[in-house]
Amino acid sequence: MTSPLQQKLKITGPTVITANRLTDGVVVWLTAESGWSDTLSRAAVVSTPDDALRLLGIANADENHAVGAYPARVTVADDGSLAPVNLRERIRVGGPTVALPGAAA
Amino acid sequence: MYIYDEFDRTFLQERVDEFRDQVKRRLDGELNEEEFKPLRLMNGVYLQLHAYMLRIAIPYGTLSSDQMRALAHVARRYDRGYGHFTTRQNIQFNWIKLEELPDAMADLARAGMHGLQTSGNCIRNTTTDQWANATPEEIEDPRLYAEIIRQWSTLHPEFTYLPRKFKIAITAAKHDRAAIRVHDIGLRLHRKDGVTGFEVIVGGGLGRTPFVGKTIREFLPRHDLLSYLEAILRTYNAGGRRDNIYKARIKIQVHEIGTEEFTRRVEAEWAQIKDGALALDDAAIDAIRAHFKEPDFEALTDGPAELEAAKTNPDFARWYANSVAPHRKGGHAIVTISLKPVGAPPGDATADQMDAVADLADQYAYGEIRVAHEQNLTLPHVRQKDLFTLWQALDAQGLATPNIGLISDIIACPGLDYCALANARSIPLAQDLTKRFADLDRIADIGRVHLNISGCINACGHHHVGHIGILGVEKQDQEFYQITLGGKANHKAKLGELLGPAVPENEVVNVVERILDTYVELRTSKQETFIAAVQRLGIEPFKERAYAAR
Amino acid sequence: MPLVKNGKPVADAFVAVADEDTLPDAPVLVSATRLLAEGEALFARNHPVGVIWPNDKDVLLLEPFVDRLAVVALIFPKFRDGRAYSQARLLRERLGFKGELRATGNVLRDQFLLMVRCGFDALEIVKEGDVAAVEKEIHSYSVFYQPTGDGRPVPLRARLAAARGA
Repeated sequence: MTSPLQQKLKITGPTVITANRLTDGVVVWLTAESGWSDTLSRAAVVSTPDDALRLLGIANADENHAVGAYPARVTVADDGSLAPVNLRERIRVGGPTVALPGAAA
Repeated sequence: MYIYDEFDRTFLQERVDEFRDQVKRRLDGELNEEEFKPLRLMNGVYLQLHAYMLRIAIPYGTLSSDQMRALAHVARRYDRGYGHFTTRQNIQFNWIKLEELPDAMADLARAGMHGLQTSGNCIRNTTTDQWANATPEEIEDPRLYAEIIRQWSTLHPEFTYLPRKFKIAITAAKHDRAAIRVHDIGLRLHRKDGVTGFEVIVGGGLGRTPFVGKTIREFLPRHDLLSYLEAILRTYNAGGRRDNIYKARIKIQVHEIGTEEFTRRVEAEWAQIKDGALALDDAAIDAIRAHFKEPDFEALTDGPAELEAAKTNPDFARWYANSVAPHRKGGHAIVTISLKPVGAPPGDATADQMDAVADLADQYAYGEIRVAHEQNLTLPHVRQKDLFTLWQALDAQGLATPNIGLISDIIACPGLDYCALANARSIPLAQDLTKRFADLDRIADIGRVHLNISGCINACGHHHVGHIGILGVEKQDQEFYQITLGGKANHKAKLGELLGPAVPENEVVNVVERILDTYVELRTSKQETFIAAVQRLGIEPFKERAYAAR
Repeated sequence: MPLVKNGKPVADAFVAVADEDTLPDAPVLVSATRLLAEGEALFARNHPVGVIWPNDKDVLLLEPFVDRLAVVALIFPKFRDGRAYSQARLLRERLGFKGELRATGNVLRDQFLLMVRCGFDALEIVKEGDVAAVEKEIHSYSVFYQPTGDGRPVPLRARLAAARGA
């Protein structure tokens, strides 16, 4: 397996590192304090390949807390709030786009 | 029902203990993710978009009412109150926590259930006809052999780390409801000179490189089943490709070395082991048969007065015509329970629905339930005189949509709403289609159409073999869908033909509707089914119309 | 790497020798290439001979040597690559190999029992911590569904015997 530190990352804008929490699989993001948060707004945002690789290295070294880390594009609004860019990440943030069976319609 | 004995129970408990220890070692950091992943997969545990997913094996699709209640319990206690029945006759839960999994497994084991070999590069749950032991058209109960295969393949030490996953399906009926020609191994039970045996088909499969399987042996005496399977698996384990995950299935090995050479290798290996420890005899097969408890069928005759009277109710009559099939025992019937109500995710059932089906199975169906690969449930043994009462109870639970085999009986994978591999969503599309085709008169007029949706090329929704197949693809973060026509999963299995360029999400339902309108217009009569018309006409007329209005 | 044989840690008496090196005055493990090329000359020495056999080479080629080989070391390049399980069974069950069958490579505790069932009696263990787990792991199951060369009873047969005895 290629070490994440040798990977070439194409970073084209604000980027966060996301993964799933080991214990329960919940979607988490790497924070500026090198911890994990289940809130996107607490994610550390970087915008260069070097910075993204550095964060990815930190994330992958912590796979006893979160697994399958990878970089994901975000947009940063004027007020600083973060939003996922693609559909996959929107679903990871917001849950399935369909009503869950048994849930009140 | 196959009744587990002390042996099976001991095994399951030991499996639960082993998995509990493995989870503990992972949470303690003793196992890294790379080491743990294959271990959890072999217990049916995936990591999906939002959570871990647990897939529970339902061997050859047969469930007791108590097992169904155990599934309802897991849905409530460890998940979010529902589960998803799959095309491999299993069920999966979408919101399980890793730290709670060992307890969930222990609860399941008490009902004789587990997630064993529902994932990973091992021999998976053997699937079969959901009408087994109920349909009049079969020569023997195929579950007998599926159970023999289950025992042989469970934690097989030689075949736990194969090049890739390995799926076996078996049928004993003329009409193949188990899609055996698109499995790694398909087995068709038939008789020759008074001896029961199998046609052995190898190297079928869907996914990225779909193939219809090749027959490598027309007739294998039933006593030789396990030794022959072991010879196939050994040939695959030694020679299947391991350099490229996309070329690692047995279908690629068969394709690359040729059916003839593959068969030669299998036969050579088999010659060495056929008289060894795996040789079966009648007594061994009967010992397994003795573990299947035959329902205590009441002596009844067909067409009881209760049923004839009920047919005057048009709603019941419609359901009866659509969802009830003949049974081998007089006065009985096979009932298919639609898990495809309008606007709902195909194959999903709530915990309350599971409990309700369990209770109804106890009251009306000798406590037995089946899961069909079309993602519906089946009550295989229902007394005809109870059909009306059963229908009313099913209807009250939203489980009596009379759309079995029709356009809204959609097979769909979970798609991008849940799955980490998906490129596009499947469920919203299925929901939109069922809403467009909600008119029961209209779908009955259109008649038999199998529509299959996969959210990516891995083809869990079996789109290649749908009469209408829909494959989700992603283009610049937009969902597009490719449409194929003319696929079939039955004994004349065939892969669908691509209709044309992929269409955007908001166009798919319109395109499907135009395809079906074209069929209704061009069919020779109502007797000519959609698939027959596609075969007669080719895809051109459908293609013209499907894209014309855009 | 620690070597465990029949459940007990043992010293490895064998020296792995590269093809171009001269043979030391000791029990040796040679490559498949060297065994096939020098065969008889190797066995003419007064030291036990073992072979390191790759997992993509037909193990039945060992037939001429099987009674004389002291060790066959099979390889798991990754624990997920299961070819050596089939090789092990063929060696034990087809060729009747009675010497030491050694699992090498990415040998981890969660696969110990599978290896033993396929006929391995020696495990070259990667993680020091796994050595103490051998006994527990190879006894983690008391029941087995399918027959292998290890001769354990399986339910199909056991039930049958019970039915016949009844």
